[in-house]
Amino acid sequence: MLSVQNVSKTYQSGGRALYVLQNINFIIEAGAIVAIVGPSGSGKTTLLGLSAGLDRSTTGTVALNEIPLDRLSEDERADMRNRYVGFIFQNFQLLPTLTALENVMVPLELRGEKNIRARSKDLLDKVGLADRIHHYPAQLSGGEQQRVSLARAFSNSPRILFADEPTGNLDAETSENVIKLLFDLNREAGTTLVIVTHNAELAGSTQRIIRLTGGHIISDEKK
Amino acid sequence: MKKDKPLENSSPGIRWLFLMAWRDSRRNRGRLLLFVSSIILGIAALVATLSFGEDLRNGIDDQAKVLVGADLVIRSNRPLTPAELAIPDTVPNRHAREDNFASMIYFVRSGESRLVQVRALDGEYPFYGSLETTPTEAGHSFRNERQALVDKGLLLQYGAQVGDSIRIGSLNFAIAGILNKAPGSTELSMTVAPPVYIPLRYLSQAGLQQRGSRIQYQYYYQYPSPTDIGRFMDSLTSRLGKAHLRYETIESRKTRMSRAFGDFTEFLTLISFIALLMGCIGVGSAVHIYIREKIDGIAVLRCLGVKVRQAFLIYLIQIACIGLLGSVAGVSLGLVIQRILPVVFRDLLPLEAATHLSPRSIGQGMITGLTISILFALLPLLSIRSISPLYTLRRSFEPPRRNRDPLKGVVYTTIFLFVAIFSFWQMHAWTKAFIFCGSLFAAFLLLAGVARLLMWSVRHFFPASWNYLWRQGFANLYRPNNQTLILIVTIGLGTTFIGTLYFVQQMLVDRIAISSGKNQGNMVLFDVQNSELKGVVGLAIHNGVTILQDAPLVSMRLTQIRRRLPDRAREDSVDHHDRRWVFDEEARATYRDTLTGTEKILSGKLGTPVRSPQDIIYVSLEEEYARAMIHAGLGDTLLFNVQGLPLTTVIGSIRTVNSRRLETNFHIVFPGGVLEQAPQFHILIARVPSVEVSARFQKAVVQQFSGVSVIDLGLVLSILDEVLDKIGFVIRFMAGFSMLTGLIVLIASVLISKFQRIQETVLLRTLGARRRQILIIATLEYFFLGALAAGTGILLSLATSWFLARYSFESSFSPHAAPIALLFASICLLTITIGLLNSRSVLNRPPLEILRKEV
Repeated sequence: MLSVQNVSKTYQSGGRALYVLQNINFIIEAGAIVAIVGPSGSGKTTLLGLSAGLDRSTTGTVALNEIPLDRLSEDERADMRNRYVGFIFQNFQLLPTLTALENVMVPLELRGEKNIRARSKDLLDKVGLADRIHHYPAQLSGGEQQRVSLARAFSNSPRILFADEPTGNLDAETSENVIKLLFDLNREAGTTLVIVTHNAELAGSTQRIIRLTGGHIISDEKK
Repeated sequence: MKKDKPLENSSPGIRWLFLMAWRDSRRNRGRLLLFVSSIILGIAALVATLSFGEDLRNGIDDQAKVLVGADLVIRSNRPLTPAELAIPDTVPNRHAREDNFASMIYFVRSGESRLVQVRALDGEYPFYGSLETTPTEAGHSFRNERQALVDKGLLLQYGAQVGDSIRIGSLNFAIAGILNKAPGSTELSMTVAPPVYIPLRYLSQAGLQQRGSRIQYQYYYQYPSPTDIGRFMDSLTSRLGKAHLRYETIESRKTRMSRAFGDFTEFLTLISFIALLMGCIGVGSAVHIYIREKIDGIAVLRCLGVKVRQAFLIYLIQIACIGLLGSVAGVSLGLVIQRILPVVFRDLLPLEAATHLSPRSIGQGMITGLTISILFALLPLLSIRSISPLYTLRRSFEPPRRNRDPLKGVVYTTIFLFVAIFSFWQMHAWTKAFIFCGSLFAAFLLLAGVARLLMWSVRHFFPASWNYLWRQGFANLYRPNNQTLILIVTIGLGTTFIGTLYFVQQMLVDRIAISSGKNQGNMVLFDVQNSELKGVVGLAIHNGVTILQDAPLVSMRLTQIRRRLPDRAREDSVDHHDRRWVFDEEARATYRDTLTGTEKILSGKLGTPVRSPQDIIYVSLEEEYARAMIHAGLGDTLLFNVQGLPLTTVIGSIRTVNSRRLETNFHIVFPGGVLEQAPQFHILIARVPSVEVSARFQKAVVQQFSGVSVIDLGLVLSILDEVLDKIGFVIRFMAGFSMLTGLIVLIASVLISKFQRIQETVLLRTLGARRRQILIIATLEYFFLGALAAGTGILLSLATSWFLARYSFESSFSPHAAPIALLFASICLLTITIGLLNSRSVLNRPPLEILRKEV
């Protein structure tokens, strides 16, 4: 599903090269649930960005669904994300000017699909927000916002879901609920799940843990 | 797992883009409306002036006949000869004659006197329209008796009534009616020289037609309706030209008025356009901040699969719709203002400008508003293309710096071209359009440069040792998303505008007022015959009036330049219509052997007295008059016709005359020994010590020397003040749109930075800052902004006024310090007030409440 081969990422900072990722290699099969862990500054989020086609690697190849992302244009990558990728962010990243329902509908609207309202409502119902569908993000709690984010991530039936610290902004109880919901929905949809997290408990509940330090993979444990 | 092709077109279509634009605007409509309010006034002013211009053109077309009052008017400084009178008679016609000239009238009951324009009429003029009088029948009946029609304002001013007597020359006339309106006259022209109509047949009895008197003779003709006046005039033009006769037809009046009012409405349209441009800069700046606040949302959309073009279009659609909304609101307001403009301009217009809906102006307003708001929003909108989806993961992410965006260059060029094309469309001349655009851009660039320099200076020479509050106030000028640039440009431009208007008006008033200084003339007596000179001077001495200067005036006509026949010389000047007057009009000449205090020789030297008929007569020409004689210079021969006698002269010198002082100004100065015996009258410049003496002396002059006219400079000054006030009001009214736009942009700019300001203020308050301290920081920031913008604006307005003084009014420019200080203080105060009013809500409530509400 996701193939990362000899990937490096370098940024220019203050006139010198900053090596964020070096020679990263791994393959994630379809349907797998993988955690990427590591200390701050280890390159986790950069790796997630490259894997999801949000950025280009400096060297190496990232292939999603066997399509090399580096050869695609910006718009082709956007199209790719819309078709195959779902996202969950630490700070929810809902569109503040759209209601909960509209936020969930957007990925489907982008695909030009029909009857999306009913499907989106169903998803919001599944995450327990049936009575909050016309609320704006600012009118929802953090947990509710993340649940809308989950519904949005699954709305386009993605092949792969990237979650960046999905519980990083939530309290313990809410985190537990959100994680449960994430795994339930994932199981139901059969989606490949890649989670970047600091949360050891969350990482422990995945099938595979890739550990990063200083831009290198230091371990890749499969359970 | 199945491998799909990812690149199929799954574009959601334009409908979805509109839907997203609408959705995205929902939570920001108040703010978007605030952006758009910046352009509403500009569009309103534009539509109002364009529509008003069209109303004027329609008015001219409809009313030109009534304005001229006849099909043909022939004008001359002398009565027409029987042969000349026969020229327009090739087709049967109705005709009338009017002799008009400046003279004193004397109100018999009150004993007061005043300079007026006497119009002695014979015949049924006007043939189209009428003399509007009260009572109505007086417009006709006064011609049958020794009666007069007197201007409404004049009667009010001197408390006279219908039935009272006025004296003109040596004859008394009964006032038959109040003259409300005469063909082609404006309220303003009637104020300067109020008209008094009398029957022509009594003019000779009044004893005012003496040799040398400055009378204009007008002959009015009406032809039967099927006559093709244009074709008829083709056959007359050369004959009238040869006889040095000026003429006017309804068509030529239409052309002249259309040109004059075209210039007038063009000027007003450009003022409106400046208001619109200022508003657009406001929109551009607001969109810039708006897009910066939308970065997160745009990045999320990009993550979800929205393409660069789609993200750009969503916001372009939003801005275009807002621009459209602003244009609709602006057009609607413009149509209301269109109805107010005729009232504002009433005193300046000789015609009724009935208001009509002008689809063309409405269309132009809509297109201009929409185009210009999109153009100015495009610059910040282009930055959407560089918003990476990575922003969703890292707030601090900055995309690698790209080389200069070529599209930005295209947008800048398009903006310049649009402004240039718009200016050309108004001015019909590329040079003028580019000068206008160039000046405007120069002003923008200068103000933007000052703003950037300020930010750079504050950053590099930060006063680290100053008190914290001052440092924070200063630091706010260059923080991210600051409004320094936009505020300095808009406030500065507004100040430039207000300042220039004020300084120019002040300069014009000063230019005249300086003449009323001590030991300078403040009264002019003209039409003083040789025989009356001694008596008038004696009367002046008797009344305590000092005669400062006595200048004889001899009228003459130029007939040859360098021995070229007049017609040939006229042909030389065919391309210089404005200079043909030297051949057609009588020249004012005097004789003396010295220069007056206001004259200066530019080249050559003043002629010496002529002692024998063989002596060459060296004349001195006034600079403008000499310039009008194309190809003539020092040493060239000029032949004049002095009331029938030919007189050969040589150009001996060219003079310049400083017109800032009340002195006589002649086209030609002859040496002594030539014109002493020619028909002439004298112009006396006098100094009158007080208003009472002036009134007493004028009364005595009118009673004893009925042919002598008196101009009281005090009266001229008050009229000039009134005239400038009226013109000033019109300009201020139009400039008000720019000022109001500036104000709205100022309010909008402050409001859009409110979000950021709230975060800072809340942080400061959380850290323990007192309300007073935050207030001082905000006050200092707005003071710095206001002071710098006002200072730059005032400097720009001083430079513009100096330029206008030097090259347009040919006058020196010495601005007063007090109004400059007042303008500076007012702008600073206004900026601070608006700034603080916006910060009030943040100051009066607890930080947490604000955070919950606003963030």
